[in-house]
Amino acid sequence: MSYPDDLRYSKEHEWVRVEGSRATIGITSFAADELGDVVFVELPEVGAALSQFGTFGVVESVKAVSDLYAPVSGEVVEVNEALRESPELLNADAFGEGWIAKVELSDTAELDGLMDAAAYADETA
Amino acid sequence: MLDAVGVASVDDLFADIPSAVRAGEWDVPSPLSEQEVRAELARLAERNRIPTVSFLGAGAYRHLIPSVVGEVIGRSEFATSYTPYQPEVSQGTLQSIYEFQSLICELTDMEVATASHYDGATATAEAALMACRVTRRSRVAVSAGLNPDYRRVLETYCSGPGVEVVTVPVDLSEGGDGTTDPAASGGLDEVACLVAAQPNFYGQLEPMRELADAAHGEGALFVAVVEPTSLAVLQAPGSYGADIVAAEGQPLGIPVSFGGPYVGLMAARMASVRQMPGRLVGATRDVQGRRGYVLTLQAREQHIRREKAASNICTNQALMALAATAYLTAVGPSGLREVAELSMAQARHLAGALESAGLAERRFGGAYLNEVVMRVPEAARRHAALAEQGIVAGHLLERGEAELRDTLLLAATELTADDDIARLIDALEATR
Repeated sequence: MSYPDDLRYSKEHEWVRVEGSRATIGITSFAADELGDVVFVELPEVGAALSQFGTFGVVESVKAVSDLYAPVSGEVVEVNEALRESPELLNADAFGEGWIAKVELSDTAELDGLMDAAAYADETA
Repeated sequence: MLDAVGVASVDDLFADIPSAVRAGEWDVPSPLSEQEVRAELARLAERNRIPTVSFLGAGAYRHLIPSVVGEVIGRSEFATSYTPYQPEVSQGTLQSIYEFQSLICELTDMEVATASHYDGATATAEAALMACRVTRRSRVAVSAGLNPDYRRVLETYCSGPGVEVVTVPVDLSEGGDGTTDPAASGGLDEVACLVAAQPNFYGQLEPMRELADAAHGEGALFVAVVEPTSLAVLQAPGSYGADIVAAEGQPLGIPVSFGGPYVGLMAARMASVRQMPGRLVGATRDVQGRRGYVLTLQAREQHIRREKAASNICTNQALMALAATAYLTAVGPSGLREVAELSMAQARHLAGALESAGLAERRFGGAYLNEVVMRVPEAARRHAALAEQGIVAGHLLERGEAELRDTLLLAATELTADDDIARLIDALEATR
């Protein structure tokens, strides 16, 4: 399986898209497929401070409830409100409309510790 | 068999248990015949002092229990079954819980109810912790009018996760109305919820809408702790803005019996259903379109989420919930209203009779329901003297708040006979 080249990936199956000092984060299509049909996403609050690899929300599928682990540290500036009504976006478009939150990065050096698409593809092979 | 498992003696099976923690010698009497056991138990039973007249309430209330309640919960399908862990094969159990949840939602005017909890105190504590999860705050405000036992259980539940408990005072002044003063609190800043009881521990009716508004004004939830039969005559919590309702279900067909087994009730709004503790039964349709029942939203629960479950310290009380279901079904809406109205009427008769005999006077102003605080000179001495005669003159409040010296909390229900009240009056007269 291949993954978008412009993203960074964590071992906990979250992705990060960096635009300047901001990052959009979500879960990977691999994670969404493993979870099965997602029925509920507990989003973080705008203004919440995330720390890298700390939990920041919950995703509930028909099979399991799993924590979301922040791939980067920073302050939440926006959440994907569409997920409240349409959690299935996580399955349908994990890297696009299924984004979870936008974060003002507090330490861009953290990105160096994440994987690129090729490394993540190896990780999930 | 010892050979088969590879040990020399039964003692070897216990080799891993350190000798320091082993029981050692048991000091138990020698065996008795069945006849001797019966005689011994009868001798012990004679030491029980069973009151002939009781005005004790303080959280547990004697009500008439229709025989059908015992008949239903005595059926072996219900009486012997444990909580279903392969739930969908137990459609009868699930349906009975679903009916219970539906009745609790109707009584409270809330949107969703759990399958039940241990008792009113633990349901209240769970409601406070649930409010912390919903609001992501870690302080709770509790009215001093909440049953003191509930407050202690709530403090214990909050001590583990490090939730701070602040108390909102009740006006206990002479002639005050004995209710929670939201303005006097000043402590609702950043709290997850305000917890208040209706009627409160002193039997007084609280300004629930004002309390709810005070909580909501601080972004907090309002937790209403109610007495279920009162909901036949009082406003439902859903109508005054309660976000979570907790209650002791004992008055609904469960006898007062040394504290249990009782049943805790909890209801809430759908918006916070995922933060509710414990089990929920839902109705659905199977592949052939037939109605069926399931344990729904199980993913929040401890057998799936382990330490991250909404609660790891609760279960349901299915048999007692069934008793409440049978009771509510048997008495119906008009019967429950009669129970509440008769209880209110007898409480007024009781208070009025004590006052006109010059034996006691109401300690508070304001409105009360079926339980009332009366000032009685030398209450402790006379309470003890009446107990000797098999009359429980309510609950002696000076064991709690110092301001309430020489006061008794007296309860009446539809089982309180006019003769009982006359006996209380006579006995109090005799102890002047």
